[in-house]
Amino acid sequence: MDFTEDQITRYSRHILLQDVGVEGQEKIKAGKVLIIGAGGLGAPVAFYLAAAGLGTIGIIDGDVVDLSNLQRQIIHFTADVNKPKVLSAKEKINQLNPDVKVNIYQELFTSENAFDIITDYDFIVDGTDNFPVKFLINDACVLAGKPFSHGGILRFEGQTFTHTPGNACYRCLFNSPPPPNAVPTCSQAGVLGAIAGMLGTIQAAEVLKYFTGVGELLTNRLLSFNAKTMDFRTIRTKRSGRCPVCGEHPTVTTLIDYEQTACDLASHRKDKR
Amino acid sequence: MAKIKVNGEVQELKLPITLSELLILNQVAQPDMVSIQLNGEFVYQEDYATIINDGDEIDFLYFMGGGSK
Repeated sequence: MDFTEDQITRYSRHILLQDVGVEGQEKIKAGKVLIIGAGGLGAPVAFYLAAAGLGTIGIIDGDVVDLSNLQRQIIHFTADVNKPKVLSAKEKINQLNPDVKVNIYQELFTSENAFDIITDYDFIVDGTDNFPVKFLINDACVLAGKPFSHGGILRFEGQTFTHTPGNACYRCLFNSPPPPNAVPTCSQAGVLGAIAGMLGTIQAAEVLKYFTGVGELLTNRLLSFNAKTMDFRTIRTKRSGRCPVCGEHPTVTTLIDYEQTACDLASHRKDKR
Repeated sequence: MAKIKVNGEVQELKLPITLSELLILNQVAQPDMVSIQLNGEFVYQEDYATIINDGDEIDFLYFMGGGSK
């Protein structure tokens, strides 16, 4: 793979890194990443991966941009209100870096389309805001043997970990989704906008580490932070033999669409208007 | 008094105490919504009567769902 002179200049700060170099930049160029959710987390992930020269970015989101999104979903601008989020995101990615191939899916990520979509990608980023889809992403990736980055934010806090085949998955940590409305989401409880950037850029860094092979991924560790104190903490975890999807006697062998909460559906309808 | 670590912070308490009691002591609002690791091993809800020992390290893992909308 050859880089043009402009590309050498564009990616020079990566190429200067001893751990990355031209070889690492080529690996980034060959990478294909699916971002699920073009929202608070998906926005910084998409921006940094585009800037980094990732070869192919897929984005799936069925929503349109709402005025209330702009406080944190920095890939969408004021003029994008009511535009499908995937279109808005694709436009910005293309403007930032025309080298990137962008595939968009203006639909929800469901048990019906999950395997068909993730099969074309090397790495999946969870940027969703609800538990049913977080568990669906986990199950689809574990069953298909795909690595993914989990991300969650709420109020002033965030948490993330990286799954690669053979290491702890979301269900090792949390057996099954909480009952509807038992745990609030951002649309219910609020979130400090900058938290989305903090967590999303960690996810983007994990993706770049994955492709370049630099350092140690956030596998078998749950990173959480609280921006009120700026305390970051990493809890060591491990794969559970009793995990319902990757354990010794799995009970989850096909994909499940868990019920969305009434509250989520209400906010979803509002976004559609 | 025994010394244990809960989410990385030292707590002093009187033994014996179970994981269920520790959840209450730490005012965990929705104990059903929390995963517990005891010295790096997951403990399942049916085993929350497990007695804690001096020097144990306990982590409460919380659900966090936001991101997109």
